[in-house]
Amino acid sequence: MAAAHVDVRNLCVTVRTPDGSPLHIVDDVSFSIARGEVLALIGESGSGKTTIALSLMGYARSGASISGDITVGDATLDGSGKATLAAQRGHRITYVAQSAAAAFNPSRRVIEQVIEPALIHGTATAVEARRHAVELFEALALPDPATIGTRYPHELSGGQLQRLMAAMALITRPDLVIFDEPTTALDVTTQVEVLQAFRKVVREQGATGVYVSHDLAVVAQMADQILVLNRGSVREQNAVRAVLEAPADDYTKTLLAAARPVIKAAVPVAAVGKPLLSIEGIHAGYGPVDRHGRAAHPVLTDVSLQIGRGAAVGVIGESGSGKSTVARVVAGLLAPTAGAVSLDGQPLAASLKDRSREELRRIQIVFQNADVALNPAHSVGEILGRVLRFYHGTSGAAVNSRVAELLDLIKLPATIADRRCDELSGGQKQRVNLARALAAQPDVILCDEVTSALDTVVREAILELLAELRRDLGVAYLFISHDIATVKALCDEIVVLYKGTRVESGLRNTYATPPFHPYTDLLISSVPELRTDWLSGVGSQGKVPFAHLSESPDLCRFLPRCPVAIAGRCDVFPPPFRTMTAGNAVLCHRTEAELAGEFA
Amino acid sequence: MSGASPVSRWSGPAQLVAKRTGLALVTLVLVSAVIFTISGLLPGDAAQELLGQGATPEQIAALRHEMGLDRPAVVRYFEWLRGIAIGDPGQSLVANKPVADIISERLPNTLILAGLTTLFSVPIAFLVGISSAVTRGKATDRALNIMTLAMVALPEFLVATIAVLVFSVKLLWLPSITIVPQDPTLWEFLRAYAMPVMVLGVGVIAQLGRMIRAAIIAELDRPYVEMARLKGVSQRRLIFRHVLPNAVGPIVNAMALSLSYLFGGAIIVETIFSYPGLASLMVNAVTSRDMPLLQACAMIFCATYLLLVLIADTVAILANPRLRQG
Repeated sequence: MAAAHVDVRNLCVTVRTPDGSPLHIVDDVSFSIARGEVLALIGESGSGKTTIALSLMGYARSGASISGDITVGDATLDGSGKATLAAQRGHRITYVAQSAAAAFNPSRRVIEQVIEPALIHGTATAVEARRHAVELFEALALPDPATIGTRYPHELSGGQLQRLMAAMALITRPDLVIFDEPTTALDVTTQVEVLQAFRKVVREQGATGVYVSHDLAVVAQMADQILVLNRGSVREQNAVRAVLEAPADDYTKTLLAAARPVIKAAVPVAAVGKPLLSIEGIHAGYGPVDRHGRAAHPVLTDVSLQIGRGAAVGVIGESGSGKSTVARVVAGLLAPTAGAVSLDGQPLAASLKDRSREELRRIQIVFQNADVALNPAHSVGEILGRVLRFYHGTSGAAVNSRVAELLDLIKLPATIADRRCDELSGGQKQRVNLARALAAQPDVILCDEVTSALDTVVREAILELLAELRRDLGVAYLFISHDIATVKALCDEIVVLYKGTRVESGLRNTYATPPFHPYTDLLISSVPELRTDWLSGVGSQGKVPFAHLSESPDLCRFLPRCPVAIAGRCDVFPPPFRTMTAGNAVLCHRTEAELAGEFA
Repeated sequence: MSGASPVSRWSGPAQLVAKRTGLALVTLVLVSAVIFTISGLLPGDAAQELLGQGATPEQIAALRHEMGLDRPAVVRYFEWLRGIAIGDPGQSLVANKPVADIISERLPNTLILAGLTTLFSVPIAFLVGISSAVTRGKATDRALNIMTLAMVALPEFLVATIAVLVFSVKLLWLPSITIVPQDPTLWEFLRAYAMPVMVLGVGVIAQLGRMIRAAIIAELDRPYVEMARLKGVSQRRLIFRHVLPNAVGPIVNAMALSLSYLFGGAIIVETIFSYPGLASLMVNAVTSRDMPLLQACAMIFCATYLLLVLIADTVAILANPRLRQG
């Protein structure tokens, strides 16, 4: 093994708390990275992983101070080597930020930003830097490498921006690249492409890397070594395979367990009589509606689904699939241009203001981001009490006792009722968010990505809670998520949306083995697995025959991305719904035998 | 994901700007109706004012008829509006000269004062705003904050009076009245304008400086700024190349508000320094019930305001690639 390229000894990062006492957000962390190796920093939010990564550039977010010894190459934190770490920023040490969409300057062309580090550090002339950038764009498998840089950030997708940001980090041919959760904000299908591109360029450049993530399966593909962090201190450091196969620390074991969600759903409830909530042939969209009832920007096309009393139906799809729009239509936040929603056989008014208070009470929605959904100026008791007064007319001491009951239901201490929401942790806030919906005693709760912003361990606990509430209270869920593992863990029935159309629906167990819709197959195969060789084996689906076509509302929407499309059929006729022997319905020209055979 | 083709490149912003211009014109017409109505509500009219207390009702009625004041309001409004549109806002009822002549004497004075104050205060406001934003929470920022707050809070007449007391009475450096001699030398010119420009500049620097600080701080909290820092971008480059282009929208709007104030709000400064500008002309028109003059002044102020806001909107649209590409 070569000499360590990065050496960190007794690193502490300290912030001042409001009362003036120091708080170590990173506490006595030591590690080293050999040249050309990738070290993963893994942990939940608040574990200090990003703080440690940033300190390798001598950078601390406002108010924090760094102490300890850090050496990267011949640069040190305090400048006792040949240079300071701060002077290496963007030159010998570079950074790929979590959300490229926010980390690019919105008012400047991408190419200017990509070559900027080379220009300000004088590593290349503008002409050389541009040429190098185009080579990197090509290596990162970006479309139109020669011209893509002339666009502005808002004209590019999240996955493209993330790769462009990697090009920006590599333009100065750095010795150390820091990746800070670079794929967390991406869809799984995009994540695969980005991870493959990253791994290829990191290997080609021979750069040393630090990869910050909360996702063990992603890290398993990218890193050689893993450093497990919890609350600012190191729990375990070892080679990737050793950590995955024989974790030494209890906390690592918890993380590993949470990375494989356990099925919590009850046995599917047999449909008895009328469904509780029924959505029939919904078309919805934004912008003006034309004579044929089509919105200028259609989002949903002919979506139908039923939820039985006490059932849990999952809706899954990537960003832009219209999955949140389904919840908005059911809740009455967006009036559909065609189709109907009915509750217990009674049709519901399209718009919120035409529904009775009782109808409103029976359908509750829980949003993804509890930080935004809960008023930070109100206490938990006020937030819950308001719902009780509004729907049930509860008053006086009855409110307090009911609030206590609700808090007990979501497993929070009753004392939390007096606390303000901004004093709670992310998981606690999401519980309160859920309790707000439960306070109305609804029949259906629309859960819109309720676990997406949470760490894996917290997500596990929330899923557990949701399953329990369903068992005890008989409440039904419409559970919307981009993560098929989460949906499988909670729901009996799953609907797959692609660009606003339902491409597959079926019971949970039909998603365990083929046949599925080619898009479902792509979704399932894109979820990273907890083994180091997963990424090498994935994505070799062969070429896509109709990649040159743009999506058409009259044909299969998935055609431009479908690896098994049939010339003369898929590009001419709209696809039929086929019911498979296992009971799942698939919107595809391919027969059951073909679908089963293609992906077997 | 619209690739900007060369043909359509400017059609988006051109349409947006055309729409804004149309809206501004509509607003101006509505404002003209309001001005006309409100000025009609003032007690008394020019006929009465001209003839004084001793006039008989018959004399007043005769003069009204002669001046056309007895025709229906709607007729007078459209005639007046047509006049404004072709640049002839009518005859001053008091001075007995065309309103256009009176205004063309005063307008250059107001333009010079507003222009000089802009040249003086905008760079200082940027300096104050930027220094304050980059030292947020530190001593420099706090000192600048206290200074700008005090400057906003101080009434203009007080600033002007103190300035006169210090620079004219005690130090005898500057004249207390702004009289620009014929064919002034640069020195005479600057000396004459020094005090009114300084006094007007106090308010503009303070308000604009605070707005610039707020606009820059809002940008400094965005992730792309941290990214730029981690690329090793220097502080100067960060502010001028990364932050300011994104903060242009709010800053030009704040500038439009401040500058429109220089046009119509300089009344106190004009009075104290006996400076013949538009604001004092308008006040005189109110006291003498000279409606055509009053209405013309009000229209000029509104039009200037709308023009400045329109320019600010256009700049903001052009500075934002999202809006620019429509």
